[in-house]
Amino acid sequence: MSQQSPAPEKRTVIETQELEVTFQTADGPVFALSDINLTVSHGDFVSFIGPSGCGKTTLLRAIADLEPLSSGSISVNGATAHESRMARAYGYVFQAPALYPWRTIEKNVTLPLEIMGMGKDERAERSTKYLELVNLAGFENKYPWQLSGGMQQRASLARALCVDPELLLMDEPFGALDEIVRDHLNEQLLRIWRRTEKTIVFVTHSIPEAVFLSTKVVVMSPRPGRIIDVIDCDFPADRSLDIRETPEFLEVAHRVREGLRAGHSYDD
Amino acid sequence: MSRQFDNFALVALGFVVLALLLPLTAGDSQLGWMDHPAAFSVLLLVGGVSLYTAWKGVHGTGVALLIVGLVFIGVLSAIGLMNDGLAGTASWGFWAYIFSLWALIWRGIAHISNTSTLHKGQRVATSIFIPALFGLWLLFLWEMLCVGFGVPGVLLPPPSAIFLQLISSLDILYADFVQTFMKSVLSGFIMGCGSGFIVAILVDRSPFLKRGLLPLGNMVSALPIVGIAPIMVMWFGFDWQSKAAVVVIMTFFPMLVNTVAGLSAAGKLELELMRSYGAGYWQTLFKLRLHSAMPFIFNALKINSTLALIGAIVAEFFGTPIVGMGFRISTEVGRMNVDMVWAEIFIAALAGSTFYGVMALLERAVTFWHPSYRVKHR
Repeated sequence: MSQQSPAPEKRTVIETQELEVTFQTADGPVFALSDINLTVSHGDFVSFIGPSGCGKTTLLRAIADLEPLSSGSISVNGATAHESRMARAYGYVFQAPALYPWRTIEKNVTLPLEIMGMGKDERAERSTKYLELVNLAGFENKYPWQLSGGMQQRASLARALCVDPELLLMDEPFGALDEIVRDHLNEQLLRIWRRTEKTIVFVTHSIPEAVFLSTKVVVMSPRPGRIIDVIDCDFPADRSLDIRETPEFLEVAHRVREGLRAGHSYDD
Repeated sequence: MSRQFDNFALVALGFVVLALLLPLTAGDSQLGWMDHPAAFSVLLLVGGVSLYTAWKGVHGTGVALLIVGLVFIGVLSAIGLMNDGLAGTASWGFWAYIFSLWALIWRGIAHISNTSTLHKGQRVATSIFIPALFGLWLLFLWEMLCVGFGVPGVLLPPPSAIFLQLISSLDILYADFVQTFMKSVLSGFIMGCGSGFIVAILVDRSPFLKRGLLPLGNMVSALPIVGIAPIMVMWFGFDWQSKAAVVVIMTFFPMLVNTVAGLSAAGKLELELMRSYGAGYWQTLFKLRLHSAMPFIFNALKINSTLALIGAIVAEFFGTPIVGMGFRISTEVGRMNVDMVWAEIFIAALAGSTFYGVMALLERAVTFWHPSYRVKHR
């Protein structure tokens, strides 16, 4: 595997050291994550991929300070995960849109801004900007339940983007959508990533999705959840869905699949 | 090809024939249809329209409305007959006539409510018109049965007697309404629901209170009002304050339990979203948890709106100044003045259902987003 040395000016956004997360259950401890050492640099698009139960969502939640650590440390932008959360350093997109049904789309998008105490005019400005970015202009005054699933998830993406965080954490955001909508949203996400130069950490269990979107694919395996491989993908920034047919793409996808298989072999 | 006859109209026609054949009155006064020429002509008209409808069916709302109008004339004629010597002596001929009207109005209303091609305004009008007509018809039947069979007023007064009593004692009824509803019910409702809500928020913050207070509240809610009302009278005096206290006790617990349940109704993702924004307790409460608790809170408000009125009226049975709905009911029953009791019952029913209706409308406005009220308009 050709290890691409990152450009020297790229600074580290996320760094985890010897990270461990253990859940105490009635049947004894469950080792959700163990020995996680991971570095994410500014501008990276990193995907966590692995079978269910491999701890990829737990890792994302630990970075977001939604899951307590058992040992080890996480630093986000040089601060602890907790400090970063309180500083609203990241935007989080959940598996479900989690839009509040009593708020219009605009009010949903500006919810984090309201909590930050931002003024009304600036909130309206931001919502216009980000709803346009996710192609939802004109739906400001609709309620979430009046929109389709794909539109709802785009609104939740706009909500995560509108605080203008450097870091975007996405937990299988398009997992509940059909493949056509998902492809479309992946292209849009790539476009937004290029335009806003954010750092994105993305959880998925789809190999093509991971390889298509990412600059780095982190392959994980379960029991205990750990990283078994980090695969670099260096496709051109202006790639379209067509590259999924190219031999280069298929080769990277093959490597990811091999990694997943290797991690899986012992437990069946 | 066999002809499809209109069944309801056929039934109506059959009853008209029976009305002609059976005796109109029983007992000493052997009056027949011929002694009441106006009523007789209405009967023939009803028969004629039934025959026509049975043959042709009902086509168009206009015809249905005409039928309803004819039944209205028939009703007036029946009331006229009652005043004209049939009271207490009505016999099978008369009841057959009533049944024919029944079948005919059923036909008319069924047609109006079945018309599926109504636009919105018409649908709203129908949704008011049909229950109103149904209610009026029930009142008419009640009146006819009471008068026709000569039911003693002490057992069941006819609606007309209740209505006359209602109009002639509006001042007393109004004073009772103010005393019981405006003073006892409203103040007790506001205090009971308000304190239940506030305690729920306190309880929610502290697991200790949750464990200690909820079972205690459970016990309080199981107290029989018949038992606590006299004690409240001893504590708070004869006036409305003691009744409000009973209402507070009755309404507090449903509000407490529902609000506590509602506050834990917010979903995990929605809560984590707030956490990811670094939102504080109060921000999470006001921007998320209270909203998702609203369906539960309105549930309590609706339950309490009816409980409060019952509580206040029953509490007045145990000592009160000489005004109030409960006081009036208990004293007028003692004086065999049943018309007045029914008039109070009517006012209580009206006030109670209006109160409930206001809560239900408020619920719709506040929880418009809830799946049970959503309107999808794209």
